[in-house]
Amino acid sequence: MNRISDHPILGNIEKGQKVTFLMDGKQMEGYEGEPIAVALKASGVMIHRYTQKTHEPRGIFCAIGRCTDCVMIVDGVPNIRTCITPLVQGMTIQTQYGVTALEVTE
Amino acid sequence: MKRYDLIVVGAGPAGLSAAIEAAKCGLSVAVFDENAKPGGQLFKQIHKFFGSKEHQAKIRGYKIGETLLSEADAAGVEVYLNATVSGMYMDKEILVRIGAAMEHFKADAIIIATGASENMVTFDGWTLPGVIGAGAAQTMMNLYGIQPGKRVLMLGSGNVGLVVSFQLMQAGCEVVALVDAAPRIGGYGVHASKIARCGVPFYLSHTITKAEGTDCVTGVEISQVDDHFTTIPGTQKHFDVDTICMAVGLSPMSQLLKMAGCNMVDDPRRGGQVPLVDENGETSISGVFAAGDVSGIEEASSAMIEGRMSGLSAAAYLGFLSEKDKDSSLNELEVALDSLHQGMFAPGSKGKAFTKTDEGIAVSQSLLKKGYLDEADIARFNHFGKKTGVHPVIECTQNIPCNPCQDACPKQCIKIGKTITAIPRIDEDNTCTGCGLCIASCSGQAIFLVDEDYEPGYASITLPYEFLPRPQKGDLGTALSRSGQPLGVAEIIDVRSAKAFDHTTLVTIKVPVAQAMTARFYKREAQRAE
Repeated sequence: MNRISDHPILGNIEKGQKVTFLMDGKQMEGYEGEPIAVALKASGVMIHRYTQKTHEPRGIFCAIGRCTDCVMIVDGVPNIRTCITPLVQGMTIQTQYGVTALEVTE
Repeated sequence: MKRYDLIVVGAGPAGLSAAIEAAKCGLSVAVFDENAKPGGQLFKQIHKFFGSKEHQAKIRGYKIGETLLSEADAAGVEVYLNATVSGMYMDKEILVRIGAAMEHFKADAIIIATGASENMVTFDGWTLPGVIGAGAAQTMMNLYGIQPGKRVLMLGSGNVGLVVSFQLMQAGCEVVALVDAAPRIGGYGVHASKIARCGVPFYLSHTITKAEGTDCVTGVEISQVDDHFTTIPGTQKHFDVDTICMAVGLSPMSQLLKMAGCNMVDDPRRGGQVPLVDENGETSISGVFAAGDVSGIEEASSAMIEGRMSGLSAAAYLGFLSEKDKDSSLNELEVALDSLHQGMFAPGSKGKAFTKTDEGIAVSQSLLKKGYLDEADIARFNHFGKKTGVHPVIECTQNIPCNPCQDACPKQCIKIGKTITAIPRIDEDNTCTGCGLCIASCSGQAIFLVDEDYEPGYASITLPYEFLPRPQKGDLGTALSRSGQPLGVAEIIDVRSAKAFDHTTLVTIKVPVAQAMTARFYKREAQRAE
């Protein structure tokens, strides 16, 4: 587990309600209102998407919504910056291949 | 279209400070920020700030952020969040994306305080998940309470790299090494010493040559570089890590100013493309001001002062403040800003290699190369003072703008004087009571209380401790040297926490008297001296 339960300066970092969401069909847990990327990281997900041309993995890079490396398909919508999009109960998250939500055909 | 007297773009330390000053003068002020929360990067800064009282020294960044927000609220500043300013046009009109809508706003003056973005360097594998910016690490651990990784290598030894490395350890992560292509540590020596005494090695004149892994980072390879920053074959070293963190500088986000037609200049000392501004922060377009990192990379303390200056200038520009009142307020702020711009790390001294301090003492080369003072340095800096009984030992050897230790001591044992970049001196005529306020007041964690006469053959050393779990009285652990080397058994004889210490715990260890001037940290696990 990589969540910080007690911090020497910040103490207990406040969290929202515990919620569940689907990541590529698998049920996962996170806290409401935290960035999707944080919930995924807590569940061990490192790869958010694969690039269109060379199919290379990408994950969190800047974590403040600037670099767009962490985009995924959220509730069917592609290119959602997961590092600044709050987690909501029942969300469906999918690994993104390329730049659209369409199935990739070679 | 909604109108305000003043529009501020960016709700970070500069923008909020500007908005507060202007609103206090009676202007209607709106602040726009693309983030969901205001405060910029302040809420990720969990360390105590440097400077003096007027710069809010020894207060942790997130506390300063909370104060700014409540002041902005009290002054009646309107803050638009999730509001991305995407255009700035003639006659001080801006275009803002709020949700799915594009809206126009107009004002009679505009202050741009958009801050900066992180720089990156590229190497084989740099796009792998697990390679992150130092800002990302801070965001994850200090805002959202999640470890960026278990084992981290940090690239960049400026203050950001040093501070974030320490924060990673506070979050329970292991920092395996700190790497910088430069031949010298770029940030404050006191920041470097905090991580060196935890045993983190510094690799100067080294850079990352490869991030290893297929799906995500599993390791990293570094290599030595020559004077021209070219890697030297055969010098590779490997570390098992799951995270590589980059702290390689910042660039001003000045696009809006450029778009609006402000005269710009390429200034490497300021971090890139910056607007040409006068002493009040006004750009070449009258009524358009720039404040904070967007007009030159510095840090939050100076950004807040620059913000206040631009807020007052905008108020005077619109006639809400008389020229006379403006001048007197600005003069005061200029003095405060100027004091931050002195010393070895002043903006004008970037890249300069100092050989002597302002006091004429040869600087510690060990501090610049390895992150800690060696024995010769300790002997050379004569401000450590020594007499019988408990006394402060101050290992602050560079001219940095900081002086809270001087005010902290109720017995006036510590003297800095008017010039806040001066190295603190011990006043031997005054007697230390061992209260420890100086230790907790030192943002650089460079003050220790030493008592060579604690017990026959044993000395006590009181040191700042900001990790969990907190040691308990009676615990036995290991005393560590300035370089993090185990020296032998240390017994915890006192643990003090107080509100005035602000989350810094004062831990007192008992060590053989021979280690009185070498033991500077405590590790919980028993470890044999090598």
